[in-house]
Amino acid sequence: MKKFPHGQHTIALKLNGMARSGQCEPRTLLSDFLRSRMGTTGVHVGCEHGVCGACTITIDGVAQRACLTLAVAADGRDVRTVEGLADNTGALSELQSAFRKHHALQCGFCTPGILMSCADFLTRVPDPDETQVREMLSGHLCRCTGYSNIVAAILDVAAGRKKDVADA
Amino acid sequence: MKPAAFDYIRADSTDEIVHLLAEYGEDARILAGGQSLMAALNMRLAQPRVLIDISRVEDLSTIRVNRGWMQLGAAVTQRAAEMVVRDESTVPLLAQALPHLGHFQTRNRGTVCGSIAHADPSAELPLCLATLGGTVELRSRRRRRRVAAEEFFRGVLTTAREADELIESVRFPLANKQTRYGFVEVSMRHGDFALVALAATVSGEEVRLGVGGVADRPWVQTLPLSTGTDLDAALEDLAWKLGAQDDQHASARYRRHLVRNLGAQLINRLRS
Repeated sequence: MKKFPHGQHTIALKLNGMARSGQCEPRTLLSDFLRSRMGTTGVHVGCEHGVCGACTITIDGVAQRACLTLAVAADGRDVRTVEGLADNTGALSELQSAFRKHHALQCGFCTPGILMSCADFLTRVPDPDETQVREMLSGHLCRCTGYSNIVAAILDVAAGRKKDVADA
Repeated sequence: MKPAAFDYIRADSTDEIVHLLAEYGEDARILAGGQSLMAALNMRLAQPRVLIDISRVEDLSTIRVNRGWMQLGAAVTQRAAEMVVRDESTVPLLAQALPHLGHFQTRNRGTVCGSIAHADPSAELPLCLATLGGTVELRSRRRRRRVAAEEFFRGVLTTAREADELIESVRFPLANKQTRYGFVEVSMRHGDFALVALAATVSGEEVRLGVGGVADRPWVQTLPLSTGTDLDAALEDLAWKLGAQDDQHASARYRRHLVRNLGAQLINRLRS
């Protein structure tokens, strides 16, 4: 077992492909650790009880809430945030490009969480129908864009990938 | 919306967990997926002195399907369970209920046993466990014991678990070919807690109907289906017996309405 008594501890994790470490208390939420210690402020903090979905990230490839995860629990894990989607040159990922093309974001507050959910969802459900996309999106609250354009962008990415596979 | 201070211990084995529980008792809380507990910590509804993280204990991450049961260890996620029950010969009621349980993103992390331990009266998993007549396997340094689901749930967020006990696993009975299984719920949004959730198993001339979200715990009632029995009257009695209350989400009257009408729809669907 490993004990982390109340106080400061150093944890190490892989963040967007790079080895990083930083200090946190046992009670520090992963969302706060990523924002304030790691500088990945694309992790947005909305409700802090798992409902709104803005803080969604992937840990070991699986989409989950950073606000319902302790930073110490992510010690040694592979964490990805929205900052890890675009490549080193800043070129948008196909998912991000599709969101831009379909006007799937307006204020952008909910967007990073939705993108991270999609990153996981589309690897597991590569050819989703609209119902499956909307079911996945039920874990995110968007209050200004409206969901239709978000659904269109996700279906567009899935269709594009399917075509790529067919052409290959 | 930040947790109060606590000590965090990451356990590596079940032995370690039961020793820690024996040492800290009520001062400790088990952290598995944290999809209920972390929200409670953030809102300071819970302020334990020690958190014991069991999510990396490999022994607790196993799903066993044999001898008529599906047994899920304490660290098994709802997502992992969802994958297994796609096979209809396992636990078809869970296959129907799991998609209603929170969201894709919370099922990825939330555990089956964690939901059972939390014992929210409107939660789907306690309802399914009670309706199917499953069991909860508890382990402490003192002993191991097996408790039937109907004995385990004692009230709102209250169970038969003692302070030094770990829910090591839960067991759901596997599908019986002569039985039909159904689940239905009404909630404000998909994935929200159910206003009323109903689970039913129909075999021969009998239905076991489980109701969640109305009483202070999942409630299971056996109703006869033989010709000449008045199902509507039986559901009417049940709806009143559950002691529904008004809250900010729905009125008691609406909940009784759902028990009567959804109950009849569900049972008739399974009989036809």
